Amino acid sequence: MNMYQAVRDALSNAMMRDDTAVVFGEDVAFGGVFRCTMGLAEEFGRERVFNTPLSEQGIAGFGIGIAAMGQTAIAEIQFADYIFPAFDQIVNEAAKYRYRSSGQFHAGSLTIRCPSMAVGHGAHYHSQSPEGFFMGAAGIKIVIPRSPTQAKGLLLASIRDPNPVIFMEPKILYRSAVEQVPVDDYQLPLARAETLVRGSDLTLLSWGTPIYYCEAAMHMLANPSGALSPHVPPSIRGAKVELIDLRTILPWDVDTVVESVNRTGRLVVVHEAGRTGGVGAEVGAEIQKRCFLKLNAPVKLITGWDIPVPMQFEKFYMPDSLRILDGVVETLTY
Amino acid sequence: MLRAARTSLLKHQFAARTRSISSTPTSGPAKSFPKEPTVHGLLPSSQSPIVSTLKFFNSVTGDGTQIPTYRVLDSVGQPVEGATLPEEIDEAMARRMYESMAQLPIIDNLMYNVQRQGKLAFYMTHYGEEATLIGSAAALANDDEVLGQYRELGVLMWRGFTLADMMNSSFGNCEDPCSRGKQMPMHFGSRKHHFHMISSPLATQIPQAAGVAFALRRDPARRGKNCAAVYFGEGAASEGDFHAGMLFASTIPSPTLFIARNNGFAISTPATEQFYGDGIAARGPGYGIHTVRVDGNDVLAVYNAVKEARRLCIEESRGVLVEAMTYRVGHHSTSDDSFAYRPRQEVEDRKRLDDPLARFRRFLEARGWWSAGEEDTLRARLKDEVLKAFKKAEVLPKPALHEMFEEVYGGEEPWILKEQREELGRLLKKYGDVWEPWKTELKKFKGEGRELMDQKS
Repeated sequence: MNMYQAVRDALSNAMMRDDTAVVFGEDVAFGGVFRCTMGLAEEFGRERVFNTPLSEQGIAGFGIGIAAMGQTAIAEIQFADYIFPAFDQIVNEAAKYRYRSSGQFHAGSLTIRCPSMAVGHGAHYHSQSPEGFFMGAAGIKIVIPRSPTQAKGLLLASIRDPNPVIFMEPKILYRSAVEQVPVDDYQLPLARAETLVRGSDLTLLSWGTPIYYCEAAMHMLANPSGALSPHVPPSIRGAKVELIDLRTILPWDVDTVVESVNRTGRLVVVHEAGRTGGVGAEVGAEIQKRCFLKLNAPVKLITGWDIPVPMQFEKFYMPDSLRILDGVVETLTY
Repeated sequence: MLRAARTSLLKHQFAARTRSISSTPTSGPAKSFPKEPTVHGLLPSSQSPIVSTLKFFNSVTGDGTQIPTYRVLDSVGQPVEGATLPEEIDEAMARRMYESMAQLPIIDNLMYNVQRQGKLAFYMTHYGEEATLIGSAAALANDDEVLGQYRELGVLMWRGFTLADMMNSSFGNCEDPCSRGKQMPMHFGSRKHHFHMISSPLATQIPQAAGVAFALRRDPARRGKNCAAVYFGEGAASEGDFHAGMLFASTIPSPTLFIARNNGFAISTPATEQFYGDGIAARGPGYGIHTVRVDGNDVLAVYNAVKEARRLCIEESRGVLVEAMTYRVGHHSTSDDSFAYRPRQEVEDRKRLDDPLARFRRFLEARGWWSAGEEDTLRARLKDEVLKAFKKAEVLPKPALHEMFEEVYGGEEPWILKEQREELGRLLKKYGDVWEPWKTELKKFKGEGRELMDQKS
């Protein structure tokens, strides 16, 4: 399965087990602009899989209403770039619904899916990674998968989590990431990072698409090509880099990251969103507080620049494997 | 025709798309555009006749008059000629409605004054809108889901929310049944009474109501029985969420009853600066939503209109709009002095000329259902009850301090909250007895914060 098929499979599983579950958003009925809801309307009927008017604040508000009645609402925002009209409904309403009524009402059965991150040619409004904007919204969860298997397990967990969840799907992976995905119903835990590669010299932390750039950078570190070779001192080519996929941005898994950095003494955080006010800043501050005596180098952030994602310049905007390699080398040789 | 449309609507939401055009039982455009011979034919995807004259249009009535206002009782409480009195309003029901209306200004007077004395953080009165609140509350089923703005206490109390509940919530004390001291006063909510939690951001409840209504329709136990009633002011109707809510409730079958309280002011902004069209009602037909405008100071007109709107809304399983015309007699809130933007005389005139309570009282008196003596007894009793509830609530401690960190998330508590609660506990232990602002404040809380200071990490 590729990732859009895995998402579709998760939605089907969720709707099969839960008669109250409905899927809605702009253009979801014919299968969705990324094919994530293909055939769901035929399988479950138009009462459970339906188009909404083109209004993101309406989609979020409508979903909160369904969830407030205890039914499962799976809303889609067509691109994460267009989630901002729903910011008020998400931050002021969904996130605070439980707290403000002291548990009498909650929007816990709401999940908002949205394609996010860059796609090569998406420019300002088809490329954004807005997870950092939601990080201060206590009461919601933010989840980002890296692969089809992860997408299915994490999405099913998000749909069933007793809190409103924003589920951001890296859109470039919809077709490009393909792997064996269990067809049965399974869940992966939220708020738990996953260590993908064990290491002892440096912790490399990321989520979503850049996980793959990190992986490539690790290969480049061990075996730099001829042209890059002069920039990678032989003494660090054998360095053991630990790669962690954060998976849940809020609440994030501090224990796994702290445990890792306490062993490695070095942390590099990679994300596509701009640096200022980004998730990396939050993680970096917490890690320097908890691992101060163990750190052998400053926490390094490799992120998008503090500019809108630009159309023709995307290759120079992205925290690609070269930039990650450079940051890793700098941190290892500090 | 209608029934046929409804049946298809339940099966396929899109099949009924042309319904509001092909059958317009209550909407205005039909009058605005007299049937033209379709000599030039129709557009392929709509029922719009093609014409050769260039003519712009505005307003929904077409001839320059505004949408009429439905009234049952005149200003001295007598039935207007041709009006039908609601059959089910007998003496007992009428008296109950009147007493519920009369209770509001008595609560308002006391709470407004104690707020001025600094005993309460904030308050918002209901002056002038008593008939809109009680008339609509009485017309709804008690288990219809209500989503309010903030000036709807009367609806909640009609359903059995007690004076004690109201006072405890206003003080945010340890008996607060609503938010446990977490929200401002006037932000009520009660699951038991199907009254969703009030929140300050305006109009956010409007698209939520459409979602609630959709969920009601999907619930086999409540389908065809209940609607979601959403209240909002004419100012809130300027928010994008109003547009979204109307759209969703008309497009996706959702029995949503929109009740606009048009009281002429959004804080200082008069309605004339809020919109240029014919109020809120004129927007309903644009969304294909059945709409009616009602005299909001006439409790029986509100009752009739909301009752019929509710029936229509549930039967057709889609949005219906009621605009209740009233006047905000009180200040916007205790943080507002409305005489800074409107003449005192105007308010006095409105109070004297069109008091919803006086109008309904005269109706009752004319039927021999009420007397001056009963009025005095009622007022004395209500004042006494309100004062007693107030005094009880005023002295209760605030909730235990640890509740501050609760109900942020459901399920497993995130580490950050656990750590922050422990951090506050450590600080309280260290400074709780020496830092005066905390020392004084802690005494007001149940347990005085001890449970936080003693927690083990």
